[in-house]
Amino acid sequence: MSDLVQVDKLRVVARAEEGAEITIVKDVSFSIPRGEVLALIGESGSGKTTIALALMGYARRGCHIEGGLIRVGDTDVTALKRKELRSLRGRRVSYVAQSAASGFDPAMKIMDQILETTRIHKTLPRQEAEAKAVDLFRALALPEPESIGSRYPHQVSGGQLQRLMAAMALITDPELVIFDEPTTALDVTTQIDVLRAFKHVVAERGITAVYVSHDLAVVAQMADQVVVLNQGEVRESGRTGQIIKAPTDDYTRQLLAAARPALRSATVELEADVPVLAVEGVSAGYGKIGRDGRPAIPILEDISLAIPRGTTLGVIGESGSGKSTLARAIAGLIPPTAGTLKLAGETLPNDMSQRTRDQFRRVQIVFQNADTALNPSHSVERILARPLAFYHGLQEQGRKQRVRELLDLVRLPATIAEQPCSRLSGGQKQRINLARALAAEPDLILCDEVTSALDTVVATAILDLLTELRRELKVSYMFISHDISTVRAVCDDVLVLYAGRKVEQGGREHFAAPPFHPYTDLLINSVPELEQGWLESAAQSRKLAPVNARGEGLCPFLERCPVRIEGKCSTEPPPWRQLALGNAVLCHHTEADLHGTASLNTARANASY
Amino acid sequence: MNKLYTRLGIAGSVGLSLAGLWLLISLFGPVLAPHGPGEIVDYEVFLPMSAEHPLGTDYLGRSVISRIMDGARFTVGIAFAAALLAALMGTGLGLFSAVSGKAVDESISRLMDALLSIPNKIFALVMIAAFGSSVPLLLLITGITYTPGVYRIARALAVNINQMDYIQVARARGEGRAYLALSEVLPNMIHPMLTDFGLRFVYVVLLLSSLSFLGLGVQPPNADLGSLVRENMSGLWEGAPAIMAPAAAIASLTIGVNLFIDSLRGRD
Ligand SMILES: Nc1ncnc2c1ncn2[C@@H]1O[C@H](COP(=O)(O)OP(=O)(O)OP(=O)(O)O)[C@@H](O)[C@H]1O
Ligand code: SF4
Ligand SMILES: [Mg+2]
Repeated sequence: MSDLVQVDKLRVVARAEEGAEITIVKDVSFSIPRGEVLALIGESGSGKTTIALALMGYARRGCHIEGGLIRVGDTDVTALKRKELRSLRGRRVSYVAQSAASGFDPAMKIMDQILETTRIHKTLPRQEAEAKAVDLFRALALPEPESIGSRYPHQVSGGQLQRLMAAMALITDPELVIFDEPTTALDVTTQIDVLRAFKHVVAERGITAVYVSHDLAVVAQMADQVVVLNQGEVRESGRTGQIIKAPTDDYTRQLLAAARPALRSATVELEADVPVLAVEGVSAGYGKIGRDGRPAIPILEDISLAIPRGTTLGVIGESGSGKSTLARAIAGLIPPTAGTLKLAGETLPNDMSQRTRDQFRRVQIVFQNADTALNPSHSVERILARPLAFYHGLQEQGRKQRVRELLDLVRLPATIAEQPCSRLSGGQKQRINLARALAAEPDLILCDEVTSALDTVVATAILDLLTELRRELKVSYMFISHDISTVRAVCDDVLVLYAGRKVEQGGREHFAAPPFHPYTDLLINSVPELEQGWLESAAQSRKLAPVNARGEGLCPFLERCPVRIEGKCSTEPPPWRQLALGNAVLCHHTEADLHGTASLNTARANASY
Repeated sequence: MNKLYTRLGIAGSVGLSLAGLWLLISLFGPVLAPHGPGEIVDYEVFLPMSAEHPLGTDYLGRSVISRIMDGARFTVGIAFAAALLAALMGTGLGLFSAVSGKAVDESISRLMDALLSIPNKIFALVMIAAFGSSVPLLLLITGITYTPGVYRIARALAVNINQMDYIQVARARGEGRAYLALSEVLPNMIHPMLTDFGLRFVYVVLLLSSLSFLGLGVQPPNADLGSLVRENMSGLWEGAPAIMAPAAAIASLTIGVNLFIDSLRGRD
């Protein structure tokens, strides 16, 4: 028997509020040969995690496995008793969760947590287990494999923690490993290292795995087989190559299309007047403002940008680079400590309480997480009516009328108005968020990762909506995202932020091909492509020697820059360099050099395989 | 109704029934009682339970069941009013602290900490010694006693809610503090604060009963449940229902409310 896992006609049902049952997994069947990786792909709510959990004989609260067969090795998982299940979990089947941070106890050393399963199942004496863990750390390309186990979870980075979680799952030599969206919470630049490490151990140890993800490009790198799920049903399954090159199902095609965002053209007539927003040399941060005028936790430094009327500026950078902080500073939620903000030429007071209501109205902010951005105890109507009353003084009747119009504008039915917003889906919530911003009739909308929490298909619809609104209403956007392909698809100009500093800015067309700033280059080359074997050919991040930086205002990317110029980058602040095509970069390299370094990156990687 | 019971579970349903029973008694007790509270119905004192006197007679030969039905309104009424007072003051101050600047927040918090550090029974004893016992004073004392506890919970909740994105959105809209506090923060606090209110109510019942037991609570001729236990102390040796029944009444009231609240809490 070569199939390690066999799932046949699996049905999982959930009990709804009023005792009715809904089937969340409908007759799903697949099998995994020993040593292969099978990917479960689908949007949220498609049942992928439910299936993955069922492989461990586990059903979430309120759900149960109603029928079907799940076999792992020779064991029928559905027939196991509670106690037998416990010895199955962790030992023969193990699980790597989406958020490693919540899987680790912050107060315990990492090694102790990793060895917990071997201790519980008494599979290995401590010393041997430790040696094995160190081997795994090495295989997963973790730094300092000998000593990383004695650190605490907060002393390692998110990507490292995710790999440590994998080590925890692999320590018992399980027959089957389940990876549940293990890289979704990571930055692209980190994701690529983690994927590479996973792929390496999987291949080296001949592990059989289930890889749950919503990202086709990631799946293309990791899986041999793909099962496409939608609303609990299998839409299509087959070898990875076939699924991404020759899909037979419409839904799969839709997913594929959403994974390659189409460029949305900017047909708005640009008026060459003063920009809607001009940011000049702004610095900002959190905490008490010290005597030198700098905040206790400085984040942004010397940011300048301009957004002409009717255009969209994309802001991109990894998590923690200060993207949201920039949006907050512009919206007035944190006062800039230096520099000025100008709204259509008129200087905005830095102190929030000095801004006029009209100045507030003209800049609206839409937050990343639609769930927390809508007050759960307000109805949709109330949420949308407030800005109408607040800014425009509309009376009851006018408000009702306008709320309908707004809902129509964001393509939602008018009947939704009476509902409390807790009943809406993620995509609907994000539309309400947008409608609330539109209610103010603003000149500029700050969109902070508005599509990041959404499924690709829903996100595509929101992006389309943004583009349409821009045409209809001539609003400008500042579009913040960590995903360069989305930014390239919807923005006219792109600004790259690294550690609170602007490192590159230019028209979107310049982000299609080098020359780039070395950080932009890393960012672009870390986005997985929808083709098998991309991971192997992508540039390998090199281990860099530590630098001893001397001087002020040095390049923020210095520590991680693969092409830094020894002696120069660590002593002199880099200049702003205007490239021939129109984008500007903050780097010591000349344009010709940057051309060279980018291609060098790829060449080096190709040579190493 | 059936659905409600299944949602609450067994413990919750028992709790709700007990609490409901006591609410009815405190509202209609004086009307429904077989005798007046002061009426002497038998020359025998500390009579056991009988058909004529369902809970026996007390130390003066009065009907125990009538006295309980009459006294419940003091216990429930004062406790309810005091808990409400504490809830309003605590929630109001907590909300105000959370949306105000650091200085205001700090000073209110320290004041509340100071109040919290005074043992509540001693505070009550001192106040009663100074001003003499009366229903309004009891209400005020118990209300003030439990305000800091409510304040702490309310402030913690409000501070948390204050960091949510929807509050940031409202702030970025240019909304004032009052709107933020009352329209955005408060509605999301109501539910946990109601649960807290139920718990405070139980505490107040216990504090009131113990004050009355010491003779410092509700004064004769009126008597709440705690006073009933006290005045029938001498019946303890005979195991008279006159002392057991009011004690059981206090227990069933507090346990009932507690069970009900616990079952609500599990469901959020
Ligand atoms: N209220 C705060 N107090 C102190 N530091 C903060 C606060 N909010 C954010 N920071 C820090 O500021 C830095 C930038 O945060 P910011 O939210 O702007 O990042 P971001 O680029 O939006 O990241 P992400 O992509 O994860 O949303 C981070 O290091 C963060 O830890
Ligand atoms: S200035 Fe130097 S360190 Fe910074 S990006 Fe350019 S080459 Fe790299
Ligand atoms: Mg952010």
